Amino acid sequence: MSTQLKVTVAEVEALTPLVKRFRFEAADKTPLPVFSGGAHITVSMQDGARLRHNAYSLISDPYDGSGYEIAVRRDDQGRGGSKFMHEQIAVGDTLTISVPANLFQLDLRARKHILIGGGIGITPFVAQLRQLDMIGAPYELHYAAHSRDEAAGLALLPQADNILIHVSQDGTRMDLGRILADQPIGTHVYTCGPETLISAVAAEAAAKGWPASAVHSEAFTAPPPGEPFEVTIGSTGQTVQVGADQTLLEALEEAGVPINWSCRGGACGQCETSVTTCDGDIEHNDHWLSEADRAAARAIMPCMSRFRGDHLVLDL
Amino acid sequence: MTQTRFSPSIPSRPVYSGLVSCGSALSIMVADEAGAAALTDLARSDASVMDKAHLLLIGVSQATVQELSALTPRSLSQSPTVQGAEEIFDALIAHAAIGTLLFCAGSEGLIGQFSARAMRFGLSPDAIQSEHRGSVARRMQCVHCKGITEDVTTDPFICGHCGLTLFVRDHFSRRLGAFQGVCVDAETPGDIPETVEIRP
Repeated sequence: MSTQLKVTVAEVEALTPLVKRFRFEAADKTPLPVFSGGAHITVSMQDGARLRHNAYSLISDPYDGSGYEIAVRRDDQGRGGSKFMHEQIAVGDTLTISVPANLFQLDLRARKHILIGGGIGITPFVAQLRQLDMIGAPYELHYAAHSRDEAAGLALLPQADNILIHVSQDGTRMDLGRILADQPIGTHVYTCGPETLISAVAAEAAAKGWPASAVHSEAFTAPPPGEPFEVTIGSTGQTVQVGADQTLLEALEEAGVPINWSCRGGACGQCETSVTTCDGDIEHNDHWLSEADRAAARAIMPCMSRFRGDHLVLDL
Repeated sequence: MTQTRFSPSIPSRPVYSGLVSCGSALSIMVADEAGAAALTDLARSDASVMDKAHLLLIGVSQATVQELSALTPRSLSQSPTVQGAEEIFDALIAHAAIGTLLFCAGSEGLIGQFSARAMRFGLSPDAIQSEHRGSVARRMQCVHCKGITEDVTTDPFICGHCGLTLFVRDHFSRRLGAFQGVCVDAETPGDIPETVEIRP
């Protein structure tokens, strides 16, 4: 289980019609742990009877322990976490968050960093560029957004020659071929945003002969909703019902089944659970399991993935 | 002379998996006399590897230079010494674009040194290929005085800088491109094991 921190909401600001910035400070006014650019926290939300833990990248200065800031894009088609943050959370509220964890840190051996953020995927880079500015490492940041309505980056990014904004609505699309061409050896590229952007950068980098170790990405996709399903706990025979807008991990927690977790975004591997019987199809939505694991249906990532079929028994 | 097969050891001991063509990619190829044969073999497997290859040959014969020139690399430089080659290498890699590969072929000392040098310029380890050819002599760092002794062929050996008798470890520093040598008789001075040849 992640170590938890009690915080109060110090500021709420609408950055765009779709994105709000939240500032948290320690409830007991002690300094919060400092972190590294790219780190995220999970915010626990008591939404009626349901307890959610959603992960958000930190956008504040990594070296500033006086508070943590996140930016949340409202997604009305999602499971409700971002809607809850937008509608229910106000200044003065108390929340429980996890200590920061980083699955998307900078490779500080790089000679140069290229940061590519799409939409709300700009958030981890806001903290990273403060870190890069402090250590004096060369970088360029490319920020792509569909429309100004969701372009929270416009409010979060400083103006600088090496920070380039591409808004499709304005006709300034990002040219990945140019961005990735003729960079010096030792350049690392980091992408955060939709899968289409991540795979486009990976394909362009591979075509230009970039070493795989210099290409990094984080797809902070929220778990998708889906059809309700049922799982069986192998050790006890207990059955657990998973609701349409609930994740398997949330359902297990609600049922009191002990399970480890950290990122809740299918990237860290903490909640990997072995499957002993799978009579149906696992809908794998994570970035953790290998193709071989998936093909053998021997494991599931409960934070992201769902099941469609007759019988799924978990080795828990 | 063919590629050397080393016995498995601790994880830090480098593994030289052999040169494999990545087509006509930008590359820098460094080789000594024995390693030059690995470049020839590589070009034989795929002639296009030489299209954008800058060759840097160290202490090789005129016959070898002619043989490799015939492969028509983009450029070919040579130096009788490692020190001279380092200057040429730095000039090549300092302005290299990402996607450039480094191919090292020859002794462990050459591979270790030029890999370490390239990584200091930011080259990723996965952009480096290496193939061991020729002598199994090691480039050793004395962990006590930090001096480097080249071409060590026996275990133990005498540090060329401080004179201690050093045990040849498989512990390899990627940063230095050298194996670590530790005083063999620190506990009981004078109790030195029999000197043996280093084996692959």
